[in-house]
Amino acid sequence: MSGALNFRRLGAVARKEFIHVLRDPRALAIAIVLPMIMLMIFGYALTMDLDRVPLAVWDQSRTPQSRELISRFEGSRYFSVGARPGSYAEVEDALARGRTMMALVVPVEFGRRVASGRKVQVQVLTDGSDANTTTLALSYADAIVRGYSQEILVEKARRLTGRPPALPLDLRFRAWFNTDMESRIFIVPGLIAVIMMLITALLTSLTVAREWETGSMEQLISTPLLGSELILGKLAPYFVIGMVDMLLSVLAGRFLFGVPIRGSLALLFGVSAIYLVGALSLGILISTKAKSQLLASQFAFVATFLPAFLLSGFMFDIGNMPTALQAVTYLIPARYFVTFLRGLYLKGTGLAQLWPECLLMVAFGTLMLGLAIRSFKKRLA
Amino acid sequence: MPELAVTLRHLERRFGDFVAVNRISLDVRKGEIFGFLGPNGAGKSTTIRMLCGLLEPTSGQGTVAGYDILTEREEIKRGIGYMSQKFSLYDDLTVEENIDFFSGIYRVPPEKKAGRKAWVLDMAHLQEHRRTRTGLLPGGWKQRLSLGCALLHEPRVLFLDEPTSGVDPLSRRSFWDLIYQLAGEGVTVFVTTHYMEEAEYCDRLALIYRGELVALGTPSEMKGELMADQVLCVSCDRSHEALGVAAAVAGVRDAALFGRDIHLMTEDAAGLAPRLRQSLEAAGFQVDAVERITPSLEDVFVSLIEARDRAEGAQQEFRA
Amino acid sequence: MMETVRTQALTRRFGELVALDQLTLAVAEGEIFGLVGPDGAGKTTTMRLLTGILEPSSGEAWVDGLHAVREAEGIKDRIGYMAQRFGLYPDLTVQENIDFYADLYEVPKAGRSERLERLLAFSNLTPFRRRLAGNLSGGMKQKLGLACALIHTPRVLFLDEPTNGVDPVSRRDFWRILYQLQQERVTIFVSTAYLDEAERCNRIGLLHQGRLMACDTVEGVKGLLKGALLEVRCESPRRAAGVLRAAALGSVALFGDRIHVLAADADRGRAAVEAALQAGGIPVLGLQVIEPTLEDIFTSAIPEAAHA
Repeated sequence: MSGALNFRRLGAVARKEFIHVLRDPRALAIAIVLPMIMLMIFGYALTMDLDRVPLAVWDQSRTPQSRELISRFEGSRYFSVGARPGSYAEVEDALARGRTMMALVVPVEFGRRVASGRKVQVQVLTDGSDANTTTLALSYADAIVRGYSQEILVEKARRLTGRPPALPLDLRFRAWFNTDMESRIFIVPGLIAVIMMLITALLTSLTVAREWETGSMEQLISTPLLGSELILGKLAPYFVIGMVDMLLSVLAGRFLFGVPIRGSLALLFGVSAIYLVGALSLGILISTKAKSQLLASQFAFVATFLPAFLLSGFMFDIGNMPTALQAVTYLIPARYFVTFLRGLYLKGTGLAQLWPECLLMVAFGTLMLGLAIRSFKKRLA
Repeated sequence: MPELAVTLRHLERRFGDFVAVNRISLDVRKGEIFGFLGPNGAGKSTTIRMLCGLLEPTSGQGTVAGYDILTEREEIKRGIGYMSQKFSLYDDLTVEENIDFFSGIYRVPPEKKAGRKAWVLDMAHLQEHRRTRTGLLPGGWKQRLSLGCALLHEPRVLFLDEPTSGVDPLSRRSFWDLIYQLAGEGVTVFVTTHYMEEAEYCDRLALIYRGELVALGTPSEMKGELMADQVLCVSCDRSHEALGVAAAVAGVRDAALFGRDIHLMTEDAAGLAPRLRQSLEAAGFQVDAVERITPSLEDVFVSLIEARDRAEGAQQEFRA
Repeated sequence: MMETVRTQALTRRFGELVALDQLTLAVAEGEIFGLVGPDGAGKTTTMRLLTGILEPSSGEAWVDGLHAVREAEGIKDRIGYMAQRFGLYPDLTVQENIDFYADLYEVPKAGRSERLERLLAFSNLTPFRRRLAGNLSGGMKQKLGLACALIHTPRVLFLDEPTNGVDPVSRRDFWRILYQLQQERVTIFVSTAYLDEAERCNRIGLLHQGRLMACDTVEGVKGLLKGALLEVRCESPRRAAGVLRAAALGSVALFGDRIHVLAADADRGRAAVEAALQAGGIPVLGLQVIEPTLEDIFTSAIPEAAHA
């Protein structure tokens, strides 16, 4: 009788799984290349910095004052002045056709009223379809207009009093951790967490289901092999692949996206290993339940990617979610890994601050591995 | 002179250096049930594909249902029916829906559709189950339905690929009764299989091995004059141990256990029998019976193939 | 004699379907026992119940003295099982597959390579040891499956339709190996849908729709057929079969160029057949009493038993 874990059998399964992986170069290539591609696509696509918003300008005033205002827009890196419509109909048309995202309308009396120190309105029309971008763009436009109007005010006061006035409040702004406020530095660590979750669960979701599908499982369960030996043996090669993926992602983050790592590398890879075991076990758990490769991979995608993407705090700030949804996020392991990676990457924090996240990931890994082993039955339905 | 449904003359097909079918010539008469036997990879499916107009021969000629396999491939496709054990009926369609579907596929003319459908339902005894989902039918019924679907367009030549492997003997029996009936109506049936149980039902058999036609004849001819070896059946005690002794007797070509008996292949059964009994008794075995038995088709098959291997082996040695 | 496999009213249901109905049988040590029946008769279910990978709905079974449910894991050390579908890994070589199973069964390293060499030689796979299993022919795959199931020297071997889809020459080789194993006192429990193959077993059980219809030696089962089986060879056999059916001589079956007639009595049957064919103007080429095949038993004896 064989009740205890036998390392020879475990080793035999691991060796066999390694051979499967190595003899299928296409699958191996996908396992290595896919995370890189995802990192590239999402890394560049999700960068939230606003850059060169297309702006149409209808200058009805055609005065030095109006040209001054427009030149400030032209000088800003956030706007790119393109079309020059000559009527409201043309403005509307440009917005409707998506040729521009924003239009600035300077009224005829602008130059005259500014010169005489009277109040004047400029109009900004935007395509509000994308609320986030619009809000950001509007705030930049607002800043430019305010800056200009403040200068006019200051100039006026200097002319009256002979010296520049002291402004009542002066905001001095400095962002910590991400000094240049470049969002990729914020995005990339979170993205690594999401991608690792998806890739690893997808990899293992196929392994058990494949054996049921091809019929080799019936042969396996007729031997003394234990469920724990099978599951742990199957984890081994994918753990190695997962760690290689992790290393490549970190390297890509550092050298392609220029994201610095402030914290300890040993801690980074140590905790990643724990997280990987959890994600791989989740894949195996799905695989033992699905019994078909197609179903398993679809389920793994839905069960890992969506929550990791939407509820981990990677895309949307958890603090702004409805309370019920916030509660759900505690069940998403990617949430802890996202927090951990961001802390380690951006702030250089270590276990002293991040121990609760790490502990929860250990709990997740243990739970998933336990469930995967328990859910594997050496019986046919 | 009977009408010929299939004629093959020196039909050959090569794939690069590999000769898949090596200059096969044979005739199949109209209304005949012709069995085409051979191990996997012997060239059975390559030949069938050429006959059905799906693959062009490298050389040689042939006709199927009167059409030339080189120049009239489309006519052939319309004139033949094809059914295999894995025939693709849709399990989630009803019996009737499957028939309608295949009527469409085979382009049965609209005015004939109703009549053909009634014929299939009648032939397969499925009138009462026309609205039953096909997946729920027992294996033997499904098989009759797939036969019916292959016959919707009234083909003159019917190809059957291992039609009854794994089916229970009763269903197999009633299936073959249908086939005999069809053959009686003039349909030519061409069966490919490597199951001897199916081969037993054919009028005439061809054995193909390594692309070559090894033997051609009725099942009785195969077991009689075409079989080079004769088969002796020995019943004795401790047959496992006796096997070695029997195999060593001069004149025994091959000895194999068969249940508790030993089957021996020899060229001269009458001459061997007394010597064999003597040798076994001298070695201390109690021999109950030594008798010549009618070889099974499997015996014939194996004996012919091994004879061919020996001949080729000798040839290779000669060349070397 | 010691019983290696024993079942007592073993039953398995899948929902409404009774796949195996009250199977009771015993297999002696060193015996080759054949479970014979068409697809869907319950053969695979029986195999799975006995190998401890499927639980029975009711009834009990013992393999090599161990209970098939309570001691299922213990059974697994002592048996070799070859499932109906090829269960090995096509992307592993012949030797890697065998090594894998050797590790699973904890075959001691000492003496292992001798065992491996013997198995490879035994199954004629030695020249192919480095070939990927997926590139083997059907017959060689079956032999590799057998080698894997034998690496730990099991006491009982369960083979589920091992020669399905294998040509007659490879099939003969395969049986040659089974007979050699029998000499080493391995009990072999084999299932087959081919009645001619069943005749190679020491004892057989005929399974039909989940029920055991007969269980005896091949001769014993053939004895179930009451009467004599006549084989008639004549001109125009199809017409002759019609004539004989019309004469109501008993069950008439056409096999290509031969007709089988099951008569209550050999001599009277022979005379009746000759008379009927003569009346029909059909010359008789041959007429002899033959030994029934299992197929004859299935078509003649089983329907009666099934309806009884």
